[in-house]
Amino acid sequence: MFDNLLGSFWPYTIDGLIVGAIYGLVALGYTMVYGVLRLINFAHSEIFMIGTMGAAFVVMTLGITQPLTGLALVGGLFLMLLVGGLASAGSAVLLERIAYRPLRKRGASRLAALISAIGASLFLQELFALVIIPNLFDRPQQGRNQMGVARIMEKDVLFTVGGAQVRLDHIVIFVAAVGMMVLLDLLVNRTKIGRGIRATSQDPETAVLMGVDIDKIVRITFIIGGLMAGLAGALFILQFEVTKFSIGFLLGIKAFTAAVLGGIGNLRGALVGGLFLGLIENYGAAVFGSGWKDVIAFSVLILVLMFRPTGILGESLQQARA
Amino acid sequence: MNLIPTGGSGERKATLRPKIARLGGVLAVGVALTVGLAACGGGGTEAEGGGGGSAAPSTLKIGFMGDLSGENSGIVIPPSNGAQLAVDEYNATNPAVKVEMIKYDSRADATTAVSLTQKAVKDDKVVAMVGPAFSGESKQAVPVLEEAKIPNISASATNADLAKNGWKYWHRVVPNDGVQGPAIADFISGAAAAKKVFVVDDKSEYGKGIGDAVRAQLKSKGATVTDDALDPAATDYSSTVNKITSAAPDAVFFGGYYAGAGKLLKQLRDKGVKAKFFSGDGSLDKGIIEGAGAAQAEGALIGCPCRIPTAAETDEKVKKFATDYKAKFGADPLIYATEGYDAMTAFLKAIGAGATTPDAINEAIGKSDFQGISKQIKFDPTGEPSAKSIYMYQVKEGDIGLLGDTTTAQLG
Repeated sequence: MFDNLLGSFWPYTIDGLIVGAIYGLVALGYTMVYGVLRLINFAHSEIFMIGTMGAAFVVMTLGITQPLTGLALVGGLFLMLLVGGLASAGSAVLLERIAYRPLRKRGASRLAALISAIGASLFLQELFALVIIPNLFDRPQQGRNQMGVARIMEKDVLFTVGGAQVRLDHIVIFVAAVGMMVLLDLLVNRTKIGRGIRATSQDPETAVLMGVDIDKIVRITFIIGGLMAGLAGALFILQFEVTKFSIGFLLGIKAFTAAVLGGIGNLRGALVGGLFLGLIENYGAAVFGSGWKDVIAFSVLILVLMFRPTGILGESLQQARA
Repeated sequence: MNLIPTGGSGERKATLRPKIARLGGVLAVGVALTVGLAACGGGGTEAEGGGGGSAAPSTLKIGFMGDLSGENSGIVIPPSNGAQLAVDEYNATNPAVKVEMIKYDSRADATTAVSLTQKAVKDDKVVAMVGPAFSGESKQAVPVLEEAKIPNISASATNADLAKNGWKYWHRVVPNDGVQGPAIADFISGAAAAKKVFVVDDKSEYGKGIGDAVRAQLKSKGATVTDDALDPAATDYSSTVNKITSAAPDAVFFGGYYAGAGKLLKQLRDKGVKAKFFSGDGSLDKGIIEGAGAAQAEGALIGCPCRIPTAAETDEKVKKFATDYKAKFGADPLIYATEGYDAMTAFLKAIGAGATTPDAINEAIGKSDFQGISKQIKFDPTGEPSAKSIYMYQVKEGDIGLLGDTTTAQLG
């Protein structure tokens, strides 16, 4: 039973880390919004979907038919990340403006915001399936079909670790994801904006008294969360080269799980939770078969929460280091 | 909410009595409604049954049900077009009783299929139905048709167990997975000479059915079979790919639809797995090439009980069908287009011969025996087609071409 896992431990590990890094990036959006607003932004999975669409749109518009090399590749990747990130960040700001701020201003309950989030999520999915994919991507009547995206980067094996193939795209994804998280951690812990975010998450009323502009902080939180989801979307396109209107659903659930696993409201927890979930999924699938992948992942989630109810790293790092 | 009364016993009685009265009222209304509805339903069928005998209506409605806009619409729109073509050709001959085709978009969801079937039967009063297209939805929706005694022919539901329900009004024009699976397995161990085969399924009604049929036949032929399952909605199949890598098989078979097949095939080839890739009719769509990429999809082999017209067609009847279809819909007839046409033609022949009630139509199609576009259309008593050829197709330079009948086709 364990032969399979032991026999190809490294391939499962590498694949787990890659998908875990993407989970972690998306989890950041859930965890930041929760930290600041105590709101689970269920439309965040669609923000991720919009990121994949932005990146796919770049590949389509550039008319790529052969994988790029050298400077063209660097430029192409940069454009994918930029457009994916901007599309997602922009949508996240609009989402906050339209779906959450009016409720927040009128003092509606958190449950109302949750319903609003679910509504926004469905709206965005159908918007892409019915309007944007058929028109912008020129696929009439195929808005619900899976879209293949042309290969932008050759997937040659760079070196092998214990039988596991490590490719350049793996390295790009992992380094970009972890790099972005380190930058974000520095932003939150070392800058004035970061101090505002931390203050708001601890005590919004006092933060206002101390001169923090809450609306601005909330907007920045959504921009950062959206940006991270958009980058995750672009990296997802690089790795899997497919997308569709509902691509965010399953991945969103996984990323939310990663956020809870690491400790919701905790930035470093999102990365730890994401990588942990990615690894557990793959190890679980190796031992019990891929059909059991999600069962294993969620069983582990329950086990972890039984012994550490606030997640692996605890609920709020902001509070601990304030 | 408050189940334990706080006041004294007198107060309790006082509050309880109006409640009982109200409850009684609600029940009475409910019973009245139910009786009324039942009466309406009964009256409706009676009137229809009587009407069919005396004065034949000038237009009859035939439904078409399947996933017309969802994930797997690529294998449902062609049969829908084929059926529409048959209806248009029939109406153009100015028959005594014209036919109107009504489309029902079930999105392959069983719950939607059931409610749409109820709508088709009760509101639209269809006399026959082409579909439901897929096996999962058929399992739920066909009993509704059976109860309403509406004859139905599926152009693409291939799950073997469907024929074992004793349904009298259900038929299909494609051989089932019990035929398709073993035929593909024979090809894998015969023409492709594979000794070690890895079988993956997508856990769906169809995918697991055909996967199990392939597994069983391969084992009986002495091949070593290893297996795994995947979630078609997920994107990351690396754990399945890793399992395949360590099993190092000669061939991989995937039981499922093209969306999953494309993603799996791409990730397999990217990991350097060179084993021949096989799949069933659910993957016979250009979507597999788009999902996998043209280079990765090259050489993939897909079995199908369907007969798709190819560019090098020699059969005159099939050629004419392909030309007419293209002229009307601006696209080549793809998977199950000929079968959709044949299923509808079976109904139209029955109506043309004077059958106008669902029961008369059912009786007539039970006896039908004619050369359709896809095959000889003739049903055995369980509703299965008598002709059982399975064809093998191969991806070549971004296109899917016919290789031939699985019993005779050779790998180049």
